[in-house]
Amino acid sequence: MPKGSDIFLQNVSKIVVFLVLAFALYLFFTGHGSPGGGFIAGLMSAGALLLLALAYDIETVRKVVPFDFKLITAIGLLIALGTGTGALLFGQPFLKHAFGHFDLPLLGDTELHTALIFDLGVYLAVVGVTMTILLTIGEDR
Amino acid sequence: MQTVLLLSMVLLALAIAGCLYRVLKGPSIADRIAALDTIGVNVAAEVAVAGAYTQSTAYFELVLLIGILAFLGTVALARYMERGKVLDAPDDSTGD
Repeated sequence: MPKGSDIFLQNVSKIVVFLVLAFALYLFFTGHGSPGGGFIAGLMSAGALLLLALAYDIETVRKVVPFDFKLITAIGLLIALGTGTGALLFGQPFLKHAFGHFDLPLLGDTELHTALIFDLGVYLAVVGVTMTILLTIGEDR
Repeated sequence: MQTVLLLSMVLLALAIAGCLYRVLKGPSIADRIAALDTIGVNVAAEVAVAGAYTQSTAYFELVLLIGILAFLGTVALARYMERGKVLDAPDDSTGD
C-alpha cells in the first residue's frame, strides 16, 4: 500500500462514504411511492464500499465489512422468497403484500408494508452480488 | 420561462457533445478523464433542468445519484491512470 500518496482521497472518502450510505438509506425508505427502492439502494451502498476500496485497499473493506458477501446474497434471496411465500399462508396469491397503519412512538401514524421486507431482501442480494463481482475483479491479476 | 429552460437544455446538450468530441479525440488519457468528468457534471445539470422544465420533483434524487457515480468513475479512472490498475490487490504492496 503506497503511503501518503493519496491522503486527500483517503480523508475525503472517510466522510463521503457515510454521506453515500445515508443517501442509500434514504433511497431505500423512499422507494415505495417515489423513485428509489432496494435495488438502487443496494447499488449505492456497494458504491460507497467501492469508494472505500479505491481510497484504501480491498483488505480494509474486508476488515470493515467482515461478512461473506456470497452469504449475504443467499440471505437476501431467502428473505425475498420468504415474504413471497408468507402470503401463501394467509390464502393470498404469491408475493401479495399487506400493509397497515401503526402508531409508532416518534413517527406518529405510520403506514408499514411487508413490501419493505421484500425490498430488504433485494437490497442484501444486490449488495452481495455487486461486492462479490467487484472484489473478485479487483483481486484478479 | 419554459423557453429559457428548453434553450438551456439544448445548450447543455451541445456542451456534452463538445466533451464527447474531446473524449473520442483527446490526445492524452488525462484529457479524456477530465472530459468524462465534465460530461457527468453536465448530465446532472441536464437532469436538474429537465426536472424544472417538467415541474416535477421526481428527478431530484437522480441529480445526486449521477453526481456520486461521476465522482466514483473519475476517482477510478484517475487511479487507473496513476497506477495502471484500479483496486489494490492485498499482497502487492511492495510494487507500485
